[in-house]
Amino acid sequence: MNWEVLIPLLSLLAIIFLIGMWSNRKMKQSSSFLSDYFLGSRELGGLVLAMTMAATYGSASSFLGGPGAAYSIGLGWVLLAMTQVATGYFVLLILGKKFAIVTRKFKAVTLIDFLKERYQSKSVVLISAFSIVVFLFAAMAAQWVGGAYLIQTVTGLSYLGALFLFAVAVLIYVIIGGFRAVAVTDATQGIIMFIGTLVLLIGVVIAGGGIPNIMNDLVTENPNLITPFGNDGQLTAAYVTSFWILVGVGVVGLPQVAVRAMSYRDARSMHRALMIGTIVVGFIMLNMHLIGVFARPVLPGIEVADQVIPLIALETLPPWVAGIVLAAPLAAMMSTVDSLLLLVSSSVVKDVYINYFKPNANREHVKKVSIGFTAILGIVVFLLAINPPELLIYLNLFAFGGLEAAFIWPIVLGLYWKYANKHGAIASMVVGISSYIAIYQYNETYGDLFGVHAVTIPVILSLLAFISFSLIFKKEPYQF
Amino acid sequence: MPKGEKRTDWRFRIANREALIGCGLAIFNIIWWYGFAYTLGSKPPLEYTYILGFPAWFFFSCIVGFIVMVFLVFLVVKFVLKEVPFDEEEGSEKR
Repeated sequence: MNWEVLIPLLSLLAIIFLIGMWSNRKMKQSSSFLSDYFLGSRELGGLVLAMTMAATYGSASSFLGGPGAAYSIGLGWVLLAMTQVATGYFVLLILGKKFAIVTRKFKAVTLIDFLKERYQSKSVVLISAFSIVVFLFAAMAAQWVGGAYLIQTVTGLSYLGALFLFAVAVLIYVIIGGFRAVAVTDATQGIIMFIGTLVLLIGVVIAGGGIPNIMNDLVTENPNLITPFGNDGQLTAAYVTSFWILVGVGVVGLPQVAVRAMSYRDARSMHRALMIGTIVVGFIMLNMHLIGVFARPVLPGIEVADQVIPLIALETLPPWVAGIVLAAPLAAMMSTVDSLLLLVSSSVVKDVYINYFKPNANREHVKKVSIGFTAILGIVVFLLAINPPELLIYLNLFAFGGLEAAFIWPIVLGLYWKYANKHGAIASMVVGISSYIAIYQYNETYGDLFGVHAVTIPVILSLLAFISFSLIFKKEPYQF
Repeated sequence: MPKGEKRTDWRFRIANREALIGCGLAIFNIIWWYGFAYTLGSKPPLEYTYILGFPAWFFFSCIVGFIVMVFLVFLVVKFVLKEVPFDEEEGSEKR
């Protein structure tokens, strides 16, 4: 057991727990359990908002999977990762003020609340809840696998033991705190991530003998590593550019991101979040993925790509610094899992159970059901993560694409197109999800259709479905 | 649901404009990113020029591109975005 690394790592986690408990105490004074547990009473300020978005978004895929891929593929993967800079400003500008105003007017607490009010349709609610549960399960499992790998590398525990440790930490934390705890600690974690990646990048550059030296080593090994096309030319311009949809602009359709766009306190917080978010997301993505590329000459021959970050931190930094730096990805994964857990349980408890089964449940009952359900959910994900898939990034990106195909148009057109109606929304979700799953399977076996990522075509198809079905069943324009 | 002709909420006009600005920023970002990466980067790797240790395509596309976007977002936030109240009573925001 590597105590020099573990002690700083554990104490950081303990601090995060304390923050969660503190915000839980604060929650007792507020009147609406639902709005507070799932949304933090819409009072997030700019810094917290930006950090919580960055932390939710910057998940295991960017912390382990992403750098792992950059390690094997080279600078081309960093280019691909930089498509994510857009999320920092795009989501907040697109959903921005309109979403904030409308969800307040609707008294919506979740994304599904918004869709329910806007489209007035039970089918929309049920399809949404269903896709959130299915796809976010995939995303969560990916995070848990990542967390377990990380703990495993640092502690030398078995995979199962590490997974268990991670699960317990996350669960205690989400259950006691709810959204505000998650958001506030996301902010702490975001700051840790920001500093942690910078320290690690510097460590790796020094260990590699400076950037020109590292580039030289890469060219000597395989010149393709420093081209935009990947180590064996597998990244075509079309494929990389299609990631603008998957991890750039399409992120508007992710429920875990959208829900944050209804939680800011006022326009000023939103403006600050825009600024901070762009800087933080871009900075973290650039650093993390560069670390992956730079790690190659420093520590050649790593077999499991997801372990690149923990191994390189242990290699290049003094143990106690490594402990703090490794708290960054762990923090990222915890916060992602936290928010996903909350989101899944909110879609089931609030959007389905309370809407359709027990509309007049009292506060105590809602609280018990929410907390109980969140706990059960965590345990199920734990069981799923026992058998980890090879590269967790793919699982995570699969979930991303599915959610985007389902939600992007019902959200965006629901906000900005007055003729959007429930027929369009249902058609768009059904077409989006089914074509995504079909094309995803096709791509796995036969290679990428039209050479772009699986999400591209479903996003276009679901747009067409949305517009045509809305126009066929055209009614009077909707006014907020 | 409101019927008939209700005047569009004045705040929505601002919101719509800002959403379009978001699209504009993203399009600019894509062009910048794509332009540098796939022109300078399409040369054979041995003919690359380097800036601060990075291949020039990467330096301009990813590093300078990021800085440019941060700067543009700063300009937009500072000079273009308008503060509006989010709550129902227009203009009289209470904290």
